[in-house]
Amino acid sequence: MELRKTPLNALHRKLGAKMVNFGGWDMPVEYPSSGGLIAEHKAVRGGVGVFDVSHMGDIRIRSGKTPGGALAAVQHICMNDASKLAIGQAQYSAMLYPQGTFVDDVIVHRLGEDDFLLVINAGTREKDVSWVRENTKGFDCVVEDLSDAYTQLAIQGPRAVDVVQKLTDANLSAIKNYWFTHETLCGLKDRLIARTGYTGEDGFEIYVPGDVATSERVWNAVMEAGREFGIVPCGLGARNTLRLEAKMALYGHEISETISVWEAGLDRYCKMDKGEFIGRAALAKLSSAAPKRTLVGLEMIDRGIARDGYRILDLAGVEIGVVTSGSPSPTLGKNIALAYVPPEFSAIGTTLLVEIRSQQCKAQVVTTPFYKRVKKPAAPQAAT
Amino acid sequence: MGYPASYRYTKDHEWIDAKGGTATIGITDYAQHELGDVVFVELPKPGAKVEKGKSFGTVESVKAVSEIYAPASGEVLEANGQLQNKPETINSDPHGAAWLIRIKLSNPSETDGLMDAVAYEKYIAQKGEGTSA
Repeated sequence: MELRKTPLNALHRKLGAKMVNFGGWDMPVEYPSSGGLIAEHKAVRGGVGVFDVSHMGDIRIRSGKTPGGALAAVQHICMNDASKLAIGQAQYSAMLYPQGTFVDDVIVHRLGEDDFLLVINAGTREKDVSWVRENTKGFDCVVEDLSDAYTQLAIQGPRAVDVVQKLTDANLSAIKNYWFTHETLCGLKDRLIARTGYTGEDGFEIYVPGDVATSERVWNAVMEAGREFGIVPCGLGARNTLRLEAKMALYGHEISETISVWEAGLDRYCKMDKGEFIGRAALAKLSSAAPKRTLVGLEMIDRGIARDGYRILDLAGVEIGVVTSGSPSPTLGKNIALAYVPPEFSAIGTTLLVEIRSQQCKAQVVTTPFYKRVKKPAAPQAAT
Repeated sequence: MGYPASYRYTKDHEWIDAKGGTATIGITDYAQHELGDVVFVELPKPGAKVEKGKSFGTVESVKAVSEIYAPASGEVLEANGQLQNKPETINSDPHGAAWLIRIKLSNPSETDGLMDAVAYEKYIAQKGEGTSA
């Protein structure tokens, strides 16, 4: 099977990256030249790292013949309230199936009054585009699949802002978390620069034209700008350990087509009062019943690493749940996991067993996120 | 890092250093490089039996669990206790300080068919990645 490649594929290989098949994409999992996964993870937490995330997709929804159709369409397919977004602001959201489970999670960017960019997962690109096209047919809007148009780089870490600031005249200190701008970057006009990310650190995601020459030029400019801060290229391995520590969901693990919004604990991004949206009716019914399972954070007590798919047992050895994501935590120096368990096992401090090959290893329910960055004092901002 | 001439090697990237009736077993430099930073090692206790070709433990990186297969059969005399607290030794000294187990060989001739260092280096070179100097 021919794997898909981002425009920077040759560059990653030239850097000696270890490559892996991620959802049909040939992607770097770690760079030995960076020192490997743990070093990359620590670089992001303590300094800055750069990720090629061009495998992710982009769908633009804008006005049709008369304005208003794009917003109405986005409101219909996404669970968060896009009408609350200012132009230049983004929000975490999700597209749901009628039964209240996840098509995908998505970052919705309000590009204009009636103009939105949805950034979606790599593994669900085609499904999402079909879903959007199908479910916005009744709205006066234009849907564009821009997934192949951009190279997307995530520059993440406390020094990320210093790195990106060297590449643009945009005043990045004025861009708050989950806001964005369009500005000249590396001499390229009108590039999307968003203060978003998937690491739990401050950082930016930049979107540049997806031709190889431009992509490599921008990557190299980022590396050069970051040199004094110790920037390293980072792969999907570190991307996963970083987002896990920050308790950020990964599609196919914490969220999926069989998991509901309430089970996943993503209530605060689901605005039931905003009006109708796909999945709302089912969620309204579900919210009155007790959820069958809930997402908890676990920390291993016994020696052993809980990993994706491992069974969770109660202390009597009865199977009660499953690990959705598990890994050593480079920042905490512990082995952590997210898991679905029945609500009666979700209290902080509850001891459970994780089945690790032939052994049953003790773990404890802990508060999440496992890691929270120390935020610099900033002007208060409304969360949407 | 070179591959010691006195060792023998398996296709699954274990090494075995057999002397008389006992042998020391570990994983190769190629294996540790493929794995990345080792964070966890699971080894059998003294007295446990290992069987040629069968898994006797695991070496884990952040991302992966890697089974270790016995190059020869026997009884575990000692497991390297150092690796519990310092699993990263497998990355820095896979052929020396990071030996995994010592066994009493039940059938010393089982090592006859294993690759020598030259054959092993050729084998991994064919895999598209040579050893680093």
